Amino acid sequence: MMRRHALGLLLAASALTAAAPAAFAAETAETVKVGLVLPMSGPFSQYGRQMENGIRLFLQEHGDSVAGKKIELVVKDDGGIAPDRARRAVQDLIVREKADVLVGFAFTASAMASAPLAKGAERAMIVTNASSSGITSASPYMLRVGQTLPQITEPAGRYAAEQGYKSIYTLVADVTAGHDAEAAFKRGLTAGGGEVAGSLRVPAQNPDFAPFIQRIKDARPDAVFVWLPPGEATINFIKEFNQRGLAAEGIAMLGTGDLTDELTIEATGDAGLGVVTTGHYSMAHASPENEAFVKAYLAAYPKDKWPNFLAVSAYDGMAALYLGLEKTGGDASGPALAAALAGASWESPRGPLLIDAETRDVVQTIYVRKVETLDGRLSNVEFHEFPESRDSAVH
Amino acid sequence: MTSVIGVLFDGLAYGSLLFLVAVGLSITMGLMNFINLAHGAFAMIGGYFSVWLTQKTGLPFLATLPFAFFGAGLAGLAAERLLFQRLYKASHLDQVLFTVGFVFSSIAAAHYFFGAGQQFVSTPGFLQGQLRVAGVDLGKYRLFLIAVVILLTIALHLMFAKTRFGAQVRASVDNQDAAAGLGVNVGLVFSLCFALGSGLAGLGGALGVEVLGLDPTFPLKYMVYFLLVVVVGGAGSLRGPLIAALILGVFDVAGKYFIPQAGAFIIYVLMIALLLAFPSGLGGRRA
Amino acid sequence: MTLHEPIAIGRLASPRPRLAEILLWLTPAVAYFLFPDNLALGVSIMTYAVAVLALDLALGYAGIVSLGHAAFFGIGAYTAGLLTIHGWREPLTGLLIAGAVSLCAGFLGSLLVVRGKDLTRLMVTLGLGLVVFELANRMSGITGGVDGLSGIDVAPLFGVFEFDLYGRTAWWYSYAVLFGVFVFLRVVLASPFGLSLRGIREGGKRMPALGASVESRLRVAFTLSAGLAGISGGLLAQTTQFVGVDSLSVPLAAEFLVMLVLGGTGRLYGALAGTALFLIARERLADLNPVYWEFWMGVLLMAVVLFLRGGLVGALARLWARLRPASEGGAR
Repeated sequence: MMRRHALGLLLAASALTAAAPAAFAAETAETVKVGLVLPMSGPFSQYGRQMENGIRLFLQEHGDSVAGKKIELVVKDDGGIAPDRARRAVQDLIVREKADVLVGFAFTASAMASAPLAKGAERAMIVTNASSSGITSASPYMLRVGQTLPQITEPAGRYAAEQGYKSIYTLVADVTAGHDAEAAFKRGLTAGGGEVAGSLRVPAQNPDFAPFIQRIKDARPDAVFVWLPPGEATINFIKEFNQRGLAAEGIAMLGTGDLTDELTIEATGDAGLGVVTTGHYSMAHASPENEAFVKAYLAAYPKDKWPNFLAVSAYDGMAALYLGLEKTGGDASGPALAAALAGASWESPRGPLLIDAETRDVVQTIYVRKVETLDGRLSNVEFHEFPESRDSAVH
Repeated sequence: MTSVIGVLFDGLAYGSLLFLVAVGLSITMGLMNFINLAHGAFAMIGGYFSVWLTQKTGLPFLATLPFAFFGAGLAGLAAERLLFQRLYKASHLDQVLFTVGFVFSSIAAAHYFFGAGQQFVSTPGFLQGQLRVAGVDLGKYRLFLIAVVILLTIALHLMFAKTRFGAQVRASVDNQDAAAGLGVNVGLVFSLCFALGSGLAGLGGALGVEVLGLDPTFPLKYMVYFLLVVVVGGAGSLRGPLIAALILGVFDVAGKYFIPQAGAFIIYVLMIALLLAFPSGLGGRRA
Repeated sequence: MTLHEPIAIGRLASPRPRLAEILLWLTPAVAYFLFPDNLALGVSIMTYAVAVLALDLALGYAGIVSLGHAAFFGIGAYTAGLLTIHGWREPLTGLLIAGAVSLCAGFLGSLLVVRGKDLTRLMVTLGLGLVVFELANRMSGITGGVDGLSGIDVAPLFGVFEFDLYGRTAWWYSYAVLFGVFVFLRVVLASPFGLSLRGIREGGKRMPALGASVESRLRVAFTLSAGLAGISGGLLAQTTQFVGVDSLSVPLAAEFLVMLVLGGTGRLYGALAGTALFLIARERLADLNPVYWEFWMGVLLMAVVLFLRGGLVGALARLWARLRPASEGGAR
């Protein structure tokens, strides 16, 4: 008797599993497939991890269906700054995976290489990190929820001008992003009446900053503005700056959030204390939305400490998608989503966020922060803000 | 004048760092003629050993250095016995392909076990900051690196020149068959040599964390620098790579200080020039 | 002859095609219809295969190991891209110009690399690659720097076939270019020049005795190889409408080398097989595990070295030779 029961159950179970694919097939029209193009391996795999976490956290909190559609994720690795692979991933997502929406793009090159495909196939591209100025003009269906480099950099120049520093040096990595940061900082500084006394460009891969820091030390400016790619370069720079006694001599260090990123600042030890940066997100941002976000992130991904701007941007990428799908009633096509999201605004963990109606680019508050010890760890504590900052480069 | 002395000092310190991370390779590749692109993987193992020990056991950084050396050395020994020794007779290209594969796997493994983030160590207080000597500021950690290089060079020189093991290594490298005929266990000597090279890589990796950082892509990121020192220095000697590292270090630092616009090019152009002038390396034996 | 130049493949290397080869060249065409959704990968394989073939000419036939071929690849890519952006939108001539510019760069490079031993050459080519990369990075006004060169809008092929979203035109275009380059190399290698290259590789010191100037021949081979790499880069720019500075990078040059050794050096089919295996494996492994796929890629490379000495085609050739012994031995 018992045996029969068991057999019956087994049969029922197998019938269920057999029915499952059919149910799936019927449902595909009701799903929105989201292709994620992220650097999951290689030197920037931490970026990809942060972004994937942010995206999954949003799904975990808000459910995986919106406007009657089920959201399905497909992750593609582009391996870092490899536009060729990003583009192939996008082509694969559109042609083979039949993805409806593309989210991610850590680097401008990846986004720009993919833009013609997304434009041709009328797919929305929600860019969560690529930061060069004005990239959304590459496709009418591209929108950006991360940040633009001029947007976060120019306020640093304005802040420096407000401080009345008499002589300021800039030091940037000799790559396009560094050149853009240098120009944006100068723009902000001169707009506020300040002037740059000298500029240094350093190789992007530079194991030893001693000669450059010594040059700055010999020049004895009041402050130095730094843009370097976050990672061993920023850590090494802050440490060497301190070791050589520049901080002790009263030379102030300014930068963008890249310099004191949540993931790297701990490695600088006390050397990082007092560094002032401008950025759109700090884990220490005081708002109920952010407190909830950080708590949920740490609970869900205790090993991937800590959430930084990438996690928030990706989280907001999904927020944008959900908002857009609600407005279009589930229509995930590029034109519909782009139209629905132009001019949209919402409250993000980082603060108020707006998608510009004309450029589809992000508009947000840029905060001036100082590195202080908070709850026993180095944090970017906000103390001043530039609301409604925009992408500002002239091109 | 003081700035010139300061730059010279910084350059020597940077060269010392280059030598420390590359000296192991001058043994596995230079001495054993094995194209070991996996060198960085062993340096990374040493680095992670050091970081892991300071974080888990609270051991001070300096005390973890021997563990980094022996840990990476053991890993090298195991890898040599299991894998690399099968390739001593293979073509150089097969060695390249194999060690590149090893690097790929080790990157993914390090990512899996330690995460993708930058690791760091806390150096002791007495190695931080600068020391003022005759009007010139000298970084204490840099002085420490130079001191380590001096000690290491003396130790390695004595080992190769004065000990029985050193003689066996020299014999095995010069002529395997003859050495084996004289009763040298060539296989064992090569295994120990490889372990020594890997251990030195690990030591360099651990000492380098403070400056170079440490993350899973370490073996690829700095591969060019390891090769640079050993190939410019020349195969089959310790002196060559030491001279090469110091020259490259001094010129790189001086170039970046005096002509910062040319910063990225100096070390590569210098490398090409040195290689064209000395095709078998600065200290290389003539083929 | 020596083991690494086995009979069957030696046959394949003769200028006359065989049935097996014709069938082999039909497989991509079959794949086109069998996997219409995978054309992008196919285009990539055929594009990079041109560069790997080019590297085979330098390394496999002339014996010059190079970690600088991405420089020539990238110079070709930027040439083709910049031509299009500045109004020269016709693809075929664009590709030829890309090849010609890389050829010139290759000639300049050859003046430095021909001397020295393997490691010296490896490092000199590496250094050249790094310098060219840094130059492109610096001249971001022209090259777009790390952000890359976008807005490459190539005119339709023969004025008729648009480069479409699915990559159909790109597919046939790269197929034709790959075939053309292959045939060209076959002819070159069967010429007295090609034979002298092999002679140099087998025993360089004896060649001058036969009246051959070793250095000038190696220089020609390297220059030609650079030109072909440029064509490959031009193909990338035209079919993907984008050039990133990574197309000049040393990691890419290392990938070319890995693909070639994986397939087997000194064999044109080795270059093709290695490229296909490497790119398909990377794509599929990364789909299965986007984070840790490199581990399995590494295992694959190590396994090939341990169990298939001489690369895929090398191992195949040895197997072939063992299966059909003496019967064809005397054919050469």
